[in-house]
Amino acid sequence: MSNRVLQLEIMRYDPEQDAEPAYRTYSVPCQEDWAILDALNYIKENLDTTLSYRWSCHMMVCGSCGMMVNGEPSLTCKVFVRDLPDRVRIEPLANFPIERDLVVVLDDVMEKMQRAQLHIIRSGEAKDPSSEHEQSPAALKKFKQYTMCINCMACYAACPQYALDPEFIGPAVLALAHRYNLDSRDQGRAQRLNLLADHDGAWNCSFVGACSEVCPKQVDPAAAIQQMKIEASVEWLKQNLLPGMPS
Amino acid sequence: MEHVKTDIVIVGAGGAGLRAAIAIAQANPEIDVSLISKVYPMRSHTCAAEGGAAGVKRADDSLEMHFNDTVSGGDWLCDQDVVDYFVQQAPLELIQLEHWGCPWSRDEDGSVAVRPFGGMKKKRTWYAADKSGFHILHTLFQTSMQFPSIKRYDEFFCLDLVHENGRCTGVVALEMRSGKFFHFEAAAVILATGGAGRIFPFTTNGAIKTGDGMAMAYRAGVALKDMEFVQYHPTGLPGTGILLTEGCRGEGGVLVNRHGYRYLQDYGMGPETPIGEPVLKTMELGPRDRLSQAFWHEQKKGNTVETQWGDCILMDMRHLGEKRINERLPLVRELATSYVGVDPVKDPVPVRPVVHYMMGGIDTNIDGETSMAGLYAIGETACGSLNGANRLGSNSLTELLVFGKRAAQRAIEYIAADADSQGGAGSRSQAETAVKKVRELLQRQTGDESLAGLRREMMNSLEEGAGIYREAAGLEKTCRTLAELKGRFSNIVVHDKSNVFNTDLQQALELQNMLDISETVSASALAREESRGAHQRLDFPGRDDENCLRHSLCWRQEGEQPSMAWLDVNITRSHPGVRDYSGETQA
Repeated sequence: MSNRVLQLEIMRYDPEQDAEPAYRTYSVPCQEDWAILDALNYIKENLDTTLSYRWSCHMMVCGSCGMMVNGEPSLTCKVFVRDLPDRVRIEPLANFPIERDLVVVLDDVMEKMQRAQLHIIRSGEAKDPSSEHEQSPAALKKFKQYTMCINCMACYAACPQYALDPEFIGPAVLALAHRYNLDSRDQGRAQRLNLLADHDGAWNCSFVGACSEVCPKQVDPAAAIQQMKIEASVEWLKQNLLPGMPS
Repeated sequence: MEHVKTDIVIVGAGGAGLRAAIAIAQANPEIDVSLISKVYPMRSHTCAAEGGAAGVKRADDSLEMHFNDTVSGGDWLCDQDVVDYFVQQAPLELIQLEHWGCPWSRDEDGSVAVRPFGGMKKKRTWYAADKSGFHILHTLFQTSMQFPSIKRYDEFFCLDLVHENGRCTGVVALEMRSGKFFHFEAAAVILATGGAGRIFPFTTNGAIKTGDGMAMAYRAGVALKDMEFVQYHPTGLPGTGILLTEGCRGEGGVLVNRHGYRYLQDYGMGPETPIGEPVLKTMELGPRDRLSQAFWHEQKKGNTVETQWGDCILMDMRHLGEKRINERLPLVRELATSYVGVDPVKDPVPVRPVVHYMMGGIDTNIDGETSMAGLYAIGETACGSLNGANRLGSNSLTELLVFGKRAAQRAIEYIAADADSQGGAGSRSQAETAVKKVRELLQRQTGDESLAGLRREMMNSLEEGAGIYREAAGLEKTCRTLAELKGRFSNIVVHDKSNVFNTDLQQALELQNMLDISETVSASALAREESRGAHQRLDFPGRDDENCLRHSLCWRQEGEQPSMAWLDVNITRSHPGVRDYSGETQA
């Protein structure tokens, strides 16, 4: 198997030691079928055990290993050596505070997930615990793509609005909220609307679409946000111009 | 050290831990749950499960058939009261997930679809395309966030259990962000920390699966049960070990050797079934142990395909067509294309057996109770003896739910009956000792062993001596090597001295846990002098129901080989018989 030596410029930062982040370069003999995560593991095992980063599944589903690779928010298990130049810069996800090296602080998005009521909300009687809801394949398809979010937070790193205004709820959480709104089993749309339609919510999106471009799972948060804006407008019309109509 | 007083600690926030947490929160919102996990819950390895979760669904199926498949699949080492409870509860738990929003794949009529799976006589595997575990995990996590009584401690690494007078009184943990130590004082602790596939060099398991909970219980004097039973999944991608779900074969994928021959028919799983028309419980839908063992024989015969990553066989899915592959197996297509450069729509994919799952674990009863009062274990970290000597694919996701809930209920009863069960001075001094050990490890300045080097030696030693086929000489050597490695661990140096997100330290602690687990695998495998399910001894080729129809128990002995004992299997009605996966009798 062919080998190629990559120069990995990695942003390092230990808040106990360093005034500010700095780059350190490592020469890594890479196999062409490696993901960039394999190169990081090579460094950790052979060159510098102090490098800190998150990873687990190495199969594009746990969402741990989101980082900036040559400026692009990426899953490092999904970016391959064969597609990269000889010099690669790896940084922590943009728009988040750095905790240590390539590890970022995720408190903000975790709190937003909590706030967005990402669960099935039902009014009225509880469903019989021994019977399932019917849901046609077409009804499933309506929301399915928004369930594919692995919370890697690449979209937050790409979002120009989140960069400007950290209060903005942001792409992944809005897409997930929209996923529940669109689910035929859910009746909580009105409850989520209040949260999402206010000034930090969907309206704040400037529709650049960077979130959808960088998503490693082909989720389209930008489309979710557009659809939510339309829904919110309709809701506003109902409440203000056509009072008495059920919302 | 910080002190947190709480009612119930759950360690691990994958499928089992989250299910338990929700069960407690729903039963009684007054009970404080501290949900501690070394990763954010959605990173837990449940997310990597692909194929689905088993539960009887259709009119042509029955609880009895699910029972029989599980017991024979487990080569009669399952406790049958546990299997009975499991098959009864399975459909209810899967419907519960449906109510919580799990995006199960659907039939045209709007009901949840089921697919065939290895060793199962009927279609009863509920699935969400080929990301079933991912959707189950996210559904549980998102659902759990609505309960204020569940307080999460994300990225806290648990060091040890604390116990006093035979009762578990809490855990000690390290907050990764700050390097601060926390003593959680609790009336009950539920371990849900997953398996330990990372003790082997080639595994489907994520980096986090280092057996931390098993090792904590083992160090606290609780036995690990049936640790010799390690499941190889027959179809992992070479090189990385990434799982390609049994769903590939459930949908109709076939396994061929270098001659294009469907070799499984030579290993008691024939006759050959028509391409594209998979027949349940035979050929490619045989159980995982048999399929992985067949690979080993094909390799010996020189029938495997040489690849740049070593010997493989080929999984051919081309006849399924692009549309079906995209609809049912999209992740499989993405993984095979990305990691080995083969598009299953166009070419057969090279695969080989890969360590996947541990049937063994912390010895528990049907309620998830361990031998230590107030300590429970659920999911892969536990051995409640549902899976016996070989787990059937798609039983484990359901197991997380059924026994996550049951252990939670039992823990609630326990703390209600004995509200005053929190620890005292003894617990505090134990917590101090656990912290002191870690501080010493972190501060040690000299030593000539490398963490990665020791880890590699441990993995290779297990693969060599305790792989798909085993024999006494190899196992004895592995036992000796592991004991030596445990000694050498005292010579490793943690180079990273930072308090902030110190993964060098975390990996050292994980290695310590893995060394503990490794010795239980090799010692138990050496003790079991028969071949049953996933445990195959070249020197004891047959199943020995006379002497060996019993569970192994393994206890830690400081500085020595572990001690072994045996426990009866609970057989209520199905007596050991022939595991028949030939097509002739499947009519």
